[in-house]
Amino acid sequence: MSKVVVVDYGMGNLRSVAKAIEHVAPETKVLVSSSAAEIAAADRVVVPGQGAMPDCMRELAGRGLRDAVIRAAAERPFLGICVGLQMLFGHAEEGGVMGLEILPGRVPRFPDAAMKAPDGSRLKVPHMGWNRVHQAEAHPVWQGIEDDTRFYFVHSYYVEPESPDLIAGSTHYGVPFTSAVARDNIFAVQFHPEKSAQSGLRLLGNFMRWNP
Amino acid sequence: MLAKRIIPCLDVNAGRVVKGVNFVELRDAGDPVEIAKRYDDQGADEITFLDITASSDDRDIILHIVEACAEQVFIPLTVGGGVRKVEDVRRLLNAGADKVSMNTAAVQNPQLVAEASGKVGSQCIVVAIDAKQTSPGKWEVFTHGGRKNSGIDAIAWACEVERLGAGEILLTSMDRDGTKVGFDLPLTRAVSDAVGIPVIASGGVGNLQHLADGVTEGRADAVLAASIFHYGEYTVRQAKEFMRDRGIEVRL
Repeated sequence: MSKVVVVDYGMGNLRSVAKAIEHVAPETKVLVSSSAAEIAAADRVVVPGQGAMPDCMRELAGRGLRDAVIRAAAERPFLGICVGLQMLFGHAEEGGVMGLEILPGRVPRFPDAAMKAPDGSRLKVPHMGWNRVHQAEAHPVWQGIEDDTRFYFVHSYYVEPESPDLIAGSTHYGVPFTSAVARDNIFAVQFHPEKSAQSGLRLLGNFMRWNP
Repeated sequence: MLAKRIIPCLDVNAGRVVKGVNFVELRDAGDPVEIAKRYDDQGADEITFLDITASSDDRDIILHIVEACAEQVFIPLTVGGGVRKVEDVRRLLNAGADKVSMNTAAVQNPQLVAEASGKVGSQCIVVAIDAKQTSPGKWEVFTHGGRKNSGIDAIAWACEVERLGAGEILLTSMDRDGTKVGFDLPLTRAVSDAVGIPVIASGGVGNLQHLADGVTEGRADAVLAASIFHYGEYTVRQAKEFMRDRGIEVRL
C-alpha cells in the first residue's frame, strides 16, 4: 500500500488535509506524522501550514523535521500548501526569517499601496476567499482542471520566485502574484486545495497519481 | 478578481440544526452535516455553524459535528457560539474548523482576541459583532445574544479587534436580524470602510437583492444568510446567479 505523510509540525489543523486526501485516494495510507523516520519512509509528502512563518520555521526545526522535509522535497512527489509553499523559498518579510531555501525567491506581504479595487474600495488583507488561478503551464497536477478555476485562499504573504520558470499558476489581487510553483517533483500552492470543493479534490487526486 | 462569498449559517442546538423565529419556538431542521453537504453541493463558499446549545453538558457535541463535517465537506467551516478561552478555539480547530468566531468573550476580555490570534494565527479568528443603532449614524455593541448593551461603539470596536489580531469580522445588525427587510447598509459600509480585514454582513436578508446590496452598497466582502436558504426559498446557486447578473464576482 502506498503511503503519504502529511507533515505535522504543530501548526494548525491537518485533519482537513488528511481527510481530503483519504477522500480522493482511498487506497492510500494517509499518515499525519511528526516523525522524521516516517517522512523518510513515505512515498509522497504533503507539507501544509498555516499561521506565522517564523513560528512555522521554529516549530519545524524544533521538532527535528527540517532535514526530512528538505530531503523529501529533493526526492519524492512533494506538495506544499500555503505556508508549506512559502517555506520553500528564502527571505520572508514576515518576521524577517529565512525559509528552507529550496527554491530561489522571497516572500513579501501584499503592499498596502496596491490594495485598491477598481471602484476605489479597499482590498482587504488577508486575501480571503475564492480567486482565480491562471495556469502558467500544462502540468499533470492541473489535469482536468479548467484554466482560471477558483480556489480558496487565505493569506497575507505570497511567494515571488526569482525565476519565472518556477511559476505554475498566478492570481491577481491588487498585484499579480504567484499562486502555484512547480519544479521536478515539487508542486506547491498558495491556496487550500483541501478547502476548494471539487476543484481542490481534483488537484489532490492528481497529485496522488503524479509520478514525476 | 476575488469572488464575493455567500455563507449559509446553521444554528445548531445539541447536535441538530434548529430554525426559530426570534430565538423562540426552535424547530428541528435536520442533521448539520447533511445540511452542510447540501449547501456545499449548491455552491456555498463557506459554512458557518453557530452553536446555540445552552446546556454545558452538551457543549462537546459540536466538536463531533465539526469532525464529521470536516470528513465530508471540503469548503471552509467557521464555528462560533460559546467560545470563552483559547483552549475552546484550539479544540474546534483541531476538530476541523477553519475559523472560530468569538463574540461576548471578546468584549469581556479583548486580550482573548490577541492571545488566540497569536497562538493560532489571525486567519482563524473571527470576531462577531452584534450591533444596534442607538442614534443616527451611531451603533453600539451588544453581547449575550443581543440582550446586553456594552455601550461600546461598534466601529471603534471593529478597529480595535483588527488591531488585536482578528482576521475577519462577522457583523450582525440586531435591528435587522430576523426582519427580512435587508442588511443595515450604512452600518455595514461604515465598518467595512473602517477596517482592512474582510467583513461579513449579516442580519435581515429577505431576498436576493438584499444580498447584492450588502456587497455593492454595504461593501461587504461576504454575505451570510440563514432563513432564505433553510426554508428553501432560494438555493445558494440562485443567489449567486442573481449576483453575477448584477456584475458581482461570484464563484459559480
